[in-house]
Amino acid sequence: MPKTKTDAASGTTDTPVTPATQDDFDLGSLQQALEGDKRYKADKEELLKLYEQMLLIRRFEEKAGQLYGLGLIGGFCHLYIGQEAVAVGLQSALDGDKDSVITGYRDHGHMLAYGIDPKVIMAELTGRAAGISKGKGGSMHMFSVEHKFYGGHGIVGAQVPLGAGLAFAHKYNEDGGVAMSYFGDGAANQGQVYEAFNMAALWKLPIIFVIENNQYAMGTAVNRSSAETHFHRRGSAFRIPGMQVDGMDVLEVRKAAEIALEYVRAGNGPVLMELNTYRYRGHSMSDPAKYRSREEVQGVRDKRDPIEHAKAELVELGMSEDTLKDLDKTVRKQISEAADFAESSPEPEMSELYTDVLVERY
Amino acid sequence: MAIELKMPALSPTMEEGKLAKWLVKEGDEVSSGTILAEIETDKATMEFESIDEGTVGKILVEEGTEGVKVGTVIAMLAGEGEDASSIEAPAAPKVEAQQVKSDVIQDVSAESGTAKLATEEKPKKRDPEVPHGTNMKTSTVRDALRDAMAEEMRRDERVFVMGEEVAEYQGAYKVTQGLLDEFGPKRVIDTPITEYGFAGIGTGAAMGGLRPVVEFMTFNFAMQAIDHIINSAAKTNYMSGGQMRCPIVFRGPNGAASRVGAQHSQNYGPWYASVPGLVVIAPYDASDAKGLLKAAIRSEDPVVFLENELVYGRNFELPELDDHVLPIGKARIMREGSDVTIVSYSIGVGVALEAAEKLAEEGIDAEVLDLRTLRPLDKEAVLESLAKTNRIVVAEEGFPVCSIASEIASICMEEGFDDLDAPVTRVCNEDVPLPYAANLEHAALIDTDRVIEAVKKVCYR
Repeated sequence: MPKTKTDAASGTTDTPVTPATQDDFDLGSLQQALEGDKRYKADKEELLKLYEQMLLIRRFEEKAGQLYGLGLIGGFCHLYIGQEAVAVGLQSALDGDKDSVITGYRDHGHMLAYGIDPKVIMAELTGRAAGISKGKGGSMHMFSVEHKFYGGHGIVGAQVPLGAGLAFAHKYNEDGGVAMSYFGDGAANQGQVYEAFNMAALWKLPIIFVIENNQYAMGTAVNRSSAETHFHRRGSAFRIPGMQVDGMDVLEVRKAAEIALEYVRAGNGPVLMELNTYRYRGHSMSDPAKYRSREEVQGVRDKRDPIEHAKAELVELGMSEDTLKDLDKTVRKQISEAADFAESSPEPEMSELYTDVLVERY
Repeated sequence: MAIELKMPALSPTMEEGKLAKWLVKEGDEVSSGTILAEIETDKATMEFESIDEGTVGKILVEEGTEGVKVGTVIAMLAGEGEDASSIEAPAAPKVEAQQVKSDVIQDVSAESGTAKLATEEKPKKRDPEVPHGTNMKTSTVRDALRDAMAEEMRRDERVFVMGEEVAEYQGAYKVTQGLLDEFGPKRVIDTPITEYGFAGIGTGAAMGGLRPVVEFMTFNFAMQAIDHIINSAAKTNYMSGGQMRCPIVFRGPNGAASRVGAQHSQNYGPWYASVPGLVVIAPYDASDAKGLLKAAIRSEDPVVFLENELVYGRNFELPELDDHVLPIGKARIMREGSDVTIVSYSIGVGVALEAAEKLAEEGIDAEVLDLRTLRPLDKEAVLESLAKTNRIVVAEEGFPVCSIASEIASICMEEGFDDLDAPVTRVCNEDVPLPYAANLEHAALIDTDRVIEAVKKVCYR
């Protein structure tokens, strides 16, 4: 909570300590820790689990794209293909019982990484009663309070102060939880992000700000929209240490998350992580992505794909090709079942139009 | 099993498109991500990617074909171990989904939302009786609001207050006076001047299970934060299918103050009252301020609680009760009358009461109805009073266009038409930004004389 005269009265100090007078701030301290030991040491089984989660997201999103093409999914649909290692790597380091997560509209992957049933996510995309929001939210507005997943927000940048609010609640309740707020390189230019940075640092809120830098804010490349394209430096004015992480390497993401979590859980306040990643598809389904070349996309797919990368590493660790093939089949089957469920389950009852507007009746 | 490749919908509105170019030919091996074709929509040329691995079988729609309906099978793909050349085209292309959608639209049009809401049974809550012999003390609205917050903070650990100058300064208008001393800096929190940010933090904290009371120094500054009030707080319960609540109170002074000019003088009641998912309360006297603020803090819904700076210092009678909580959504008859109803809320109620006293001297018996809650609006109370007096004047300290007064007029027209003996008449501020000069400001705001004039007009006197 904020520094006040009451803090001073408690005897810790005679003059109020402002952040500016503390000289222990080092923007790059966490980065140095990461540079020293970049990758999480996963055994074969652990890496297989991460690989499976990434594959599940990839196949889910491909299927979602397909269903969109068939007119079964409407409106806006933002796919996470290419960025899988970010959500999977970070989520794997969180404590599911304590920590909370919030993100923007490109949210399918985060929910899957959280272990939420692909059926209820897909059914939400098709606008069915069995969807996680009863079909009333859609692709951009999905929540699972049970999993401490707080959305799914359609207004660019809104999840940053909202996430700081979740962190505020963790600190207020002294429950040991950390909030993780994901946003993109586009959202990173919103004013409210810096308002949230200021208060989160001032009040030492337990939050990790995660910038998923996928290089494009819709159709605008980062260097056309951002004066400072090294987003991990964006917290320095608020004394928030930054980290720059390869978001295409799930094990580096995991390692970085552990370093950040250790710092935040110790009560030091927020961390800002920039994860460099890439989205293969357009901003949304209706984006032809003419602002970049086909070669650029193909180049990332061929050289930096997070799933192929993990697969090659698994093979190196001695995982058999058959096991990987079987896993692929299992995942495909799971997604195919989710799609069938989403196509065949009924639309919401008409009475649902009027429910959930308010909780209470007046 | 062979896979049907169908003409994809590539935008929310696309129904058909041109198959501009095939980038693969029959017999080609493809994998996930291979670009199969280019398709022109009404807006752009899009690439159509393969999801599955396989061999391109028969191409059924030639490149250059225009007006290909979404869902038409355009090619076949042979899976692993299949012979691409033997795959047959399906008998008839299926077009699904669109059909389902048109059925739904018909269903909705059968009964409008307004009609449906009107027929829903409402709980008949009334103000609890004040027990006989209860001591009545005199209190300012300011103290009543402070006491409401203090009592709720004592009752529920999750309740906290945040805003600019609420703690050490004791409140810009002294509404939070003494709270820091009693509850400490954990629960009474000074924020930087950053309305958008702290409204978002408060909203997030409510989502995380706390009960924030967010003070705006005035609601003029809440314009910076209106995105979180509406998009984050009001819509979440609905968008989440009822699983994520947002029990938060946004409160602070609203409406014109005195000589502070246009940017600091506006009534946002009609703005917030137009948003489904919000509760909007605008009390007038100390008893309602206290009882309704306590109810607002206990509510599971997001509440916008509109106070008035000019009323903060006024004294009213307040029952001394252990737990003075009033029902949200209920209007209150402030003065009974039989000739005409003056509907108002917030500071306008004082104007209406003064007008009613003067009208009584001239033999016109006016009823004064204080709406208290602007959303959900107590339509029944308005219509009941209309049925009794057959005439309605709305006195509102705010702009006339798209006002609460406009809404009252609409309700009376739609549901009380047969009871009307005269047109519903609005008495609002002038339709101009509020000026600074004393004489101009005075001329822009509602006053007793204008209310009296309107009442006489509808009474044909």
